[in-house]
Amino acid sequence: MSPDRNPHLSLKLPVWRTRFVLVCLLTGFGAMGVRAMYLQGMDHEGLQAEGAKRYARVLEMPANRGMITDRHGEPLAVSTPVDTVAVTLGRGEISADQRAELATMLGLPRKDLDGKLAPGRRGVVFLKRQMPPEQAQRVLALDVPGLFLQREHRRYYPAGDVLSHVLGMTDVEERGTEGIERELDDRLAGRPGSRRVIKDLKGRVVEDLEHVRAPQQGQDIALSIDLKLQYLAYRELRQAVATHKAKAGSVVVLDAQSGEILALANVPTYNPNNRSRYDPGRARNRALVDLFEPGSTLKPFTIAAALESGRYTPDTVIATAGGALPMGRHVIRDVHAAGDLTVAQVLQKSSNVGTARMALSLPPRDLWAVLSSSGFGAVPNAGFPGEAGGRLRDPKTWKPIEQATMSYGHGISVSLMQLARAYSIFCTDGELLPVTLLKRAEAVEGTPVLQPKTARAMRDMLQLVTQPGGTAPKAQVAGYRVAGKTGTAHKLVNGAYAPDKYASSFVGLAPASAPRLIVAVLIDEPSAGQHYGGQVAAPVASAVLSGALRVLSVPPDLPVPRTPIPEVLDPVGEEV
Amino acid sequence: MIRLNLVLLLVAVLSALGVVTAEHRARGLVVDFENQQQLAQQLDEEWRQLQTEQSTYAMLPRIESVAARRLRMQVPAGGQVQMVDGPVRTASHP
Repeated sequence: MSPDRNPHLSLKLPVWRTRFVLVCLLTGFGAMGVRAMYLQGMDHEGLQAEGAKRYARVLEMPANRGMITDRHGEPLAVSTPVDTVAVTLGRGEISADQRAELATMLGLPRKDLDGKLAPGRRGVVFLKRQMPPEQAQRVLALDVPGLFLQREHRRYYPAGDVLSHVLGMTDVEERGTEGIERELDDRLAGRPGSRRVIKDLKGRVVEDLEHVRAPQQGQDIALSIDLKLQYLAYRELRQAVATHKAKAGSVVVLDAQSGEILALANVPTYNPNNRSRYDPGRARNRALVDLFEPGSTLKPFTIAAALESGRYTPDTVIATAGGALPMGRHVIRDVHAAGDLTVAQVLQKSSNVGTARMALSLPPRDLWAVLSSSGFGAVPNAGFPGEAGGRLRDPKTWKPIEQATMSYGHGISVSLMQLARAYSIFCTDGELLPVTLLKRAEAVEGTPVLQPKTARAMRDMLQLVTQPGGTAPKAQVAGYRVAGKTGTAHKLVNGAYAPDKYASSFVGLAPASAPRLIVAVLIDEPSAGQHYGGQVAAPVASAVLSGALRVLSVPPDLPVPRTPIPEVLDPVGEEV
Repeated sequence: MIRLNLVLLLVAVLSALGVVTAEHRARGLVVDFENQQQLAQQLDEEWRQLQTEQSTYAMLPRIESVAARRLRMQVPAGGQVQMVDGPVRTASHP
């Protein structure tokens, strides 16, 4: 049909309209083609990233907190896996039955649970933190919609309350809050890493794309503590504190050759595995943090200073004037009044008057030098947060009465750790050893304080204390020579000495012929009648020493009467 | 010319299939590897737990009470001990 046949159909469109539509269409196609080429060829990375987003995941790579062990590798603090139970809300209706079961399994009151799962709330709710994994698995088996487990770790302390003061604790996030856990948090803490992976439909990792950050596992740390000695020290201390109805007590056991802390126990104590019943008063590491006036346990240092001056020998006779020495308004008294005593006897009988007279004959600076270089008045740096440094005043400010009282341990404050450490100058040939809570790999150098001659003379004199006629025969250990010194000090209450409150102490070393161990004991406020250091603290030291020397198989340095070993022992009963 | 093209096409197809199987096997290996790693982690955690368990059972007070009660052992008195000279191995852990 041609247009001229039918005029109605002879519709003549202007040429420009067809051309315009054609150009529009072609431009459109062209633009799409260019765009497609651009996406395929030039900008493909962006698109791939978009694609990867839909199946690539960033996974956290966990890092465990390091283990703390004793010197033989016994675990003392271990991270164990626990599960936190959480629910993503809005994933489906949680039936009343399920709620009831959840409440009983999690040990939550039903009301609290309903509050957490209230219909209006959104997001993730934590129902229970740190459940044992087996229990958590049973909760998961309930098939509650939206419920999931999150793996976490918590610290477990196998030794419980025996070593809690040294180890300290961590918080819920496993950050150290106290003790060694806090001091060495940087080394113990691991740093979790992360990596990007591709997961398939079933949630399995099928390709490792890249490690964003490698995880860093926490370091394991070996302490200088010997768990066997620690148990021993703790048991004896606890018993003594109970028998003497004391307020508190501490024991420190040092290796007399390396300065390592082999045991450090305090009573009262707490169980670090039970965070809910935490009480700061019980958690204080008294041996390192608390200060006390040592009393007579300080006398050996005065006497050592006297021997160093060259004006005294162990046999020099001192007149103790019947046990009373008037000093202005004060009178220095002895518990056991005596006449003339040799220097050795002054130490053996713990004469305040004898010690004070020796101290007063020395220039203040000489006495101060021995006390100061023995570590008094300075933080011992055992590697524990909050160690006390004590107070040793400048010798320029000393009045004679102060010099006299300080010579037998009043007007000076020390921590038990300082006292134990100071006695190392009598174990080595006059050298003060650095103390540490960490296991030492190599031998250490001490700082010289006394001449070797003086140190040996002191060691001999200190043995007299535990012999008949001394203040601490109860510190004896069968088979070993024990040297040591007792102390009984009135406690300061509101600036005055309380007549009925004592701090009883004893520091002992054994075997005295070649000391291996230093044991320092402090019993705070014994109130069952006895209060002398020789009655209260010395037996603890004796028990700890006798057990420790046996555990360490130290050869005896005293002949022991040989009792015949029975030929036949009773047969051991069969175990049932 | 056509023959060469056909051969090249065949080679290309074979290579493509090879890539697919290689990828598949690689993924299988990765899955295996992941499982083994998880197992290693589980075993590590179990080891820690067993260690704490061991130390709980080996606690000195417990050993002492078992020795004294069940085995009727006692600490020898000073006079019953004979010290032997010679190379002595001190108590230490393996």
